[in-house]
Amino acid sequence: MPSHKLPAASAQGQPTGVPTRITQGSGTRGGIGESTLRPDGTLKVTGEFAYSSDLWHEDMLWGQILRSTVAHAEIVSIDTSEALATPGVYAVMTYDDLPADVKHYGLEIQDTPVLAHGKVRHHGEPVAIVAADHPETARRAAAKIKVEYRDLPVVTDEASALAPDAVLVHENRDDHHIGHVPHPNIVHRQPIVRGDVAAARRRADVIVEGEYTFGMQDQAFLGPESGLAVPEEDGGVHLYIATQWLHSDLRQIAPVLGLPEDKVRMTLAGVGGAFGGREDLSMQIHACLLALRTGKPVKIVYNRFESFFGHVHRHPAKLFYEHGATRDGKLTHVKCRIVLDGGAYASASPAVVGNASSLGVGPYVVDDVEIEAIALYTNNPPCGAMRGFGAVQACFAYEAQMDKVAKELGLDPVEFRQRNAMEQGTLMPTGQPVDSPAPVAELLRRVKAMPMPPERQWESSEGADVRQLPGGLSNTTHGEGVVRGVGYAVGIKNVGFSEGFDDYSTARVRMEVVGGEPVATVHTAMAEVGQGGVTVHAQIARTELGVAQVTIHPANTQVGSAGSTSASRQTYVTGGAVRNACELVREKVLELGRRRFGPYHPAWATAELLLEGGKVVTDGGEVLADLVDVLGDEAVEVEEEWRHRPTEPFDLRTGQGNGHVQYSFAAHRAVVEVDTELGLVKVVELACAQDVGKALNPLSVVGQIQGGTTQGLGVAVMEEIVVDPKTAKVKNPSFTDYLIPTILDTPTIPVDVLELADEHAPYGLRGVGEAPTLSSTPAVLAAIRDATGLELNRTPVRPEHLTGTV
Amino acid sequence: MRLNFTVNGRPQEADDVWEGESLLYVLRERLGLPGSKNACEQGECGSCTVRLDGVPVCSCLVAAGQAEGREVVTVEGLADFARQRACGTASHGTSLDEARQWQAGGADSRTGEGTELAPVQQAFIDAGAVQCGFCTPGLLVAADEMLERNPNPTDADIREALSGNLCRCTGYEKIMDAVRLAAARQSEGV
Repeated sequence: MPSHKLPAASAQGQPTGVPTRITQGSGTRGGIGESTLRPDGTLKVTGEFAYSSDLWHEDMLWGQILRSTVAHAEIVSIDTSEALATPGVYAVMTYDDLPADVKHYGLEIQDTPVLAHGKVRHHGEPVAIVAADHPETARRAAAKIKVEYRDLPVVTDEASALAPDAVLVHENRDDHHIGHVPHPNIVHRQPIVRGDVAAARRRADVIVEGEYTFGMQDQAFLGPESGLAVPEEDGGVHLYIATQWLHSDLRQIAPVLGLPEDKVRMTLAGVGGAFGGREDLSMQIHACLLALRTGKPVKIVYNRFESFFGHVHRHPAKLFYEHGATRDGKLTHVKCRIVLDGGAYASASPAVVGNASSLGVGPYVVDDVEIEAIALYTNNPPCGAMRGFGAVQACFAYEAQMDKVAKELGLDPVEFRQRNAMEQGTLMPTGQPVDSPAPVAELLRRVKAMPMPPERQWESSEGADVRQLPGGLSNTTHGEGVVRGVGYAVGIKNVGFSEGFDDYSTARVRMEVVGGEPVATVHTAMAEVGQGGVTVHAQIARTELGVAQVTIHPANTQVGSAGSTSASRQTYVTGGAVRNACELVREKVLELGRRRFGPYHPAWATAELLLEGGKVVTDGGEVLADLVDVLGDEAVEVEEEWRHRPTEPFDLRTGQGNGHVQYSFAAHRAVVEVDTELGLVKVVELACAQDVGKALNPLSVVGQIQGGTTQGLGVAVMEEIVVDPKTAKVKNPSFTDYLIPTILDTPTIPVDVLELADEHAPYGLRGVGEAPTLSSTPAVLAAIRDATGLELNRTPVRPEHLTGTV
Repeated sequence: MRLNFTVNGRPQEADDVWEGESLLYVLRERLGLPGSKNACEQGECGSCTVRLDGVPVCSCLVAAGQAEGREVVTVEGLADFARQRACGTASHGTSLDEARQWQAGGADSRTGEGTELAPVQQAFIDAGAVQCGFCTPGLLVAADEMLERNPNPTDADIREALSGNLCRCTGYEKIMDAVRLAAARQSEGV
């Protein structure tokens, strides 16, 4: 394979595509509450913003991973000789080449081998890695590695995993959950028991049972897993990487490289979306291993096929529910059992179990509950974090149940939900009081009050516009057999890391005069994955420090952890840390001002002082000094950790405990049109109402709600990773066979944003990103049920489910 | 093999191109133009959309050799391309004289403030159509081409024209807003 011509612009010895500081200059306005534009917007629309897959280094090699072709097998032998002999190949590594005693990693349980050892536990597990001077050379060399497998039986669901003679996915477990799970193929089990279900059940006039199935969803972020590892002179390595949490990666990477953490430097490269799929490591360790082995920079970029194997997915689930209610429309009790398939490795399964159980009843007042959630170990693909994180599966089921109970009682489904809606002060099944606004009934009222989209929108003087009909440009109907349906749903999601986790963020804020103007620099390790955290940080700095110019420093491990970009937490926690650091900087600046100018004006000592418009002003509006004069040549800098209020673990037997930091709520109304003859669905409109506490950037908030809504739509009608139950092999790892919504599949999404402040949170804000992903799916399902009269107990819904062919 | 073609108005030559390389690979890895993105490598996502002799194509599905002697416009050249179109100096591509004048535009080392943008690029920023931005280059090339053909698109026209470009972040609403905004500004001559 030919070598590369060097791009002319690259400087020798330095990678290109490395992130640089981004400064929003004086031309940019916008403190908190304004729809300030993204600081990286221009770079992103000109193609100049460098993503992790755009990194380039002179003399770099390309890494390739060989993955298992079977789901569960002993590895009898691995022969790398032919691959190693391939011209252009610099290294081939297997488990035996791992340099340190530590050979496993994992978010919570270190059960995932860096490279397979002795056996593989799922289809697509990494077995060997190759570095070569051209990606195609690396791919072909990897294909020349001969791995002999001896098949083992697979466990793929609850029945097979918990059967008496079931093969154990992990023998000799010693993690901290093994003591309380009833079977070694259960990662974690969380029961929640409150009240007296037996007694409540006797009060019920109606009892409704349901069994539901939730398919395996993929995050399908568009920027594939990728990064560049550059060996450093001190024997360490510098990894430029797309991730959701730099410091969590670092904690897992350094031990398997046999390096202290300070010899593994990490810088966030441009991230093309995440949605939970970058919480776990993917190619990080492999790139570092190859770079350290070859002494050359190594870039790894997954293609889409590999990406489907290279990250965890949303847990598929089976959910069993029983709801009881009295004739006057009040819930008596809820019993449920939620079985999540965690696949071959633990990933975030324990925390997903915590969410599914604690949020399993939904945003309703129910005093008597019995909940059990488990996550299985199986030989299916590993599952972990995805937007909504355990709450999504539960919401799909409990909202279907709410519709069934309403129907049984002859009540309007919205009215029935409102009669049972939780509000501030309601106790969760965990016993935790909801101690900030919980406008569940109001969100339902708002979403119901939105104007309905007109009927038969596809009709025009020139006939039917098929683009607006089910089947679209396939031209399958001009309106014949098309029936409209409307459905509602509401959900509850926790914000932030729960169950006693020390969930903090760090921010470093610096203020100095540059070019005659005061400039604030914000440096955090927050992973900007598209959510707009960098925009919000600049807004906070402007609001708190009264400056126009704000520089966003690239995220790296040279500053303390910012925690994960997940759990809807970054604006709350890292935003809180930035505000806190800004306040500390402000105090130092004012001290400086008092020292310099205090003697000349009594207000320095007596008045409440603010920083506004580049000046120190009193709360009465009197200008005391220019920040330029106060600062002079000095730079004021603060780095500080910030924590939200602590949480507690859930009791392992009763599930009681103040486990969550904050709750967020969204409601949806879906309007669908179904071609009942062909089973094709067109979602006509998906309206959302959400309480966000305080919209720090309304434009971004609405964008998050619409994006989350659309991912919920995807898993309602098209998205599912199909795993063969006999072989545990993935059948559709491509965008040809795993469909995500296109712009033609996606309807208009009107959004009504409510802002009821949470007094415990910075600026009163409430995490936004996940709640809209919950209620979107059940609303669409409810609308399809309304249109068709079918029961529809699984998602995604496929044409065969609507035409009676399965 | 050696490849000669025109990229964003500038003649380009790439040596030692393996016959199996795609146009996308040559743009990204050999010409230092990584703006076009690789997200599926099978023509499903549209992130690699460029114009080949004016026609939007998935550059991941175009063998590099097929671009021999032809004109390619990528997101990096979109602003220049739009400016020249507005001036009426080029039908597509660039005249030889203009090509000789061509300078890499590019953002400055800060946010790119002051960078001259195509109307559709500015509209994407203003409407909040950019989140992670990975789909943005392909969407911009596709949207710009659609507005060239159809300056007053209906919503259904926009959805049809952009249906080959996947976005996972936005739910497309702000992309619709951005294209409507670009069309409106275009018709007002803003």
